[in-house]
Amino acid sequence: MTTLPTTPPQTIGPFFHYALPLPDGGHVVAPDDPDAVRIFGTVRDGAGEPIPDAMIELWQANRAGRYAHPEDDRVEPPLEEGFTGFGRVETADGGYYEIVTVKPGRVPGIDGEPQAPHIEVALHARGVLRHLVTRVYFPDEAEANAADPALNAIGDAERSRLLVARPDGDGLRFDINIQGESETPFFAV
Amino acid sequence: MATTHSAKPAYRPDDTEVDVDYAPYRSTDLRAPKRPLTILPHTLSELTGPVYGDEWPTELEADLTRQHDGEPLGERIKLGGRVRDGDGRPVRNTLIEIWQANASGRYIHAGDQHPAPLDPNFTGAGRCLTDDDGRYEFTTIKPGAYPWLNHANAWRPAHVHFSLFGTAFATRLVTQMYFPADPLFDQDPIFNSVRDPAARERLICRFDLERTEPEWALGYDFDIVLRGRESTPMEE
Repeated sequence: MTTLPTTPPQTIGPFFHYALPLPDGGHVVAPDDPDAVRIFGTVRDGAGEPIPDAMIELWQANRAGRYAHPEDDRVEPPLEEGFTGFGRVETADGGYYEIVTVKPGRVPGIDGEPQAPHIEVALHARGVLRHLVTRVYFPDEAEANAADPALNAIGDAERSRLLVARPDGDGLRFDINIQGESETPFFAV
Repeated sequence: MATTHSAKPAYRPDDTEVDVDYAPYRSTDLRAPKRPLTILPHTLSELTGPVYGDEWPTELEADLTRQHDGEPLGERIKLGGRVRDGDGRPVRNTLIEIWQANASGRYIHAGDQHPAPLDPNFTGAGRCLTDDDGRYEFTTIKPGAYPWLNHANAWRPAHVHFSLFGTAFATRLVTQMYFPADPLFDQDPIFNSVRDPAARERLICRFDLERTEPEWALGYDFDIVLRGRESTPMEE
């Protein structure tokens, strides 16, 4: 079978705001959901300056660990009505973003062993020619995090910890630094 | 307890050579990671992605010339094509989002300070779903070129921004589509951040007399290829 070469990526640029934001993109679940958790943070560039024109997309399983997608063809755990697992927000002045969601359940990794609960993140911005991919992990999952293949693939425990959100007020803080001493570990997917 | 799950085929690496730290595009200087990316084998998390069903856009805005009381100024065009994966299979029922400047090269975005006129009859944002054959079509106007401050006398070639999800988180694509034979290509660092000239060609639509609607709109084709998978199970 012929293999077709892919269409290359280009930056999202600075002017996407009137086209891409979704009406309720910051709510993966309703804020009054009993399991709702607020994840928020600041996106910064290599000079430590906030990036006010980025877009963040989240993709995750439901609280039981099931993706709302045909590729997740397991019967258990069950899907839930109305849960898409997708969130999309733009950063505001100050590089700030926030999203209301639930901690996903554990989903199987390559070898079928459960991965630590995590949320996939895509970061788009002017100056970013191919969107950046990272993951959010959870601070109350120390044991699962320690065994997680993606975190361990980073090869540096101190850097891996940068992907674990920190409790902050009533929510979880997940800052993204594109460069610098605390450069967020990014993945090639 | 999750049921046992056998490994599923990954998407093939996206080998398009993009210089993400491309000095001529100044914004990359502080916005490209300095450390190497960690390779992440595809798990269910990367093999799944947003699905557009009934709960997703119900009002699809594929005609950007009919979103206001009057018609926008500019050259009316039909812009369409096929979305396929790297194995040539149509990517069905996937959302395509586009956005663009108006015919004068001005975005409606508040951050665009280019002193060219806004068009009260043009927003410049559209959405549609691909059909069962992976096909899509927008009606819009040809966007204008516009200046930016990247370097002395810098102008962006006319372009339309495209956003697609495809079938998985791993196939997400945000890109820009250009028009044939634009004299601004050589000096545009965003276009040239794709290092392979043949790959750059894949960002350029082509004029299509077949798609052209007589007495109404010129037609352009832009086919999009998302990543294909490693050996996939037989479909039929």
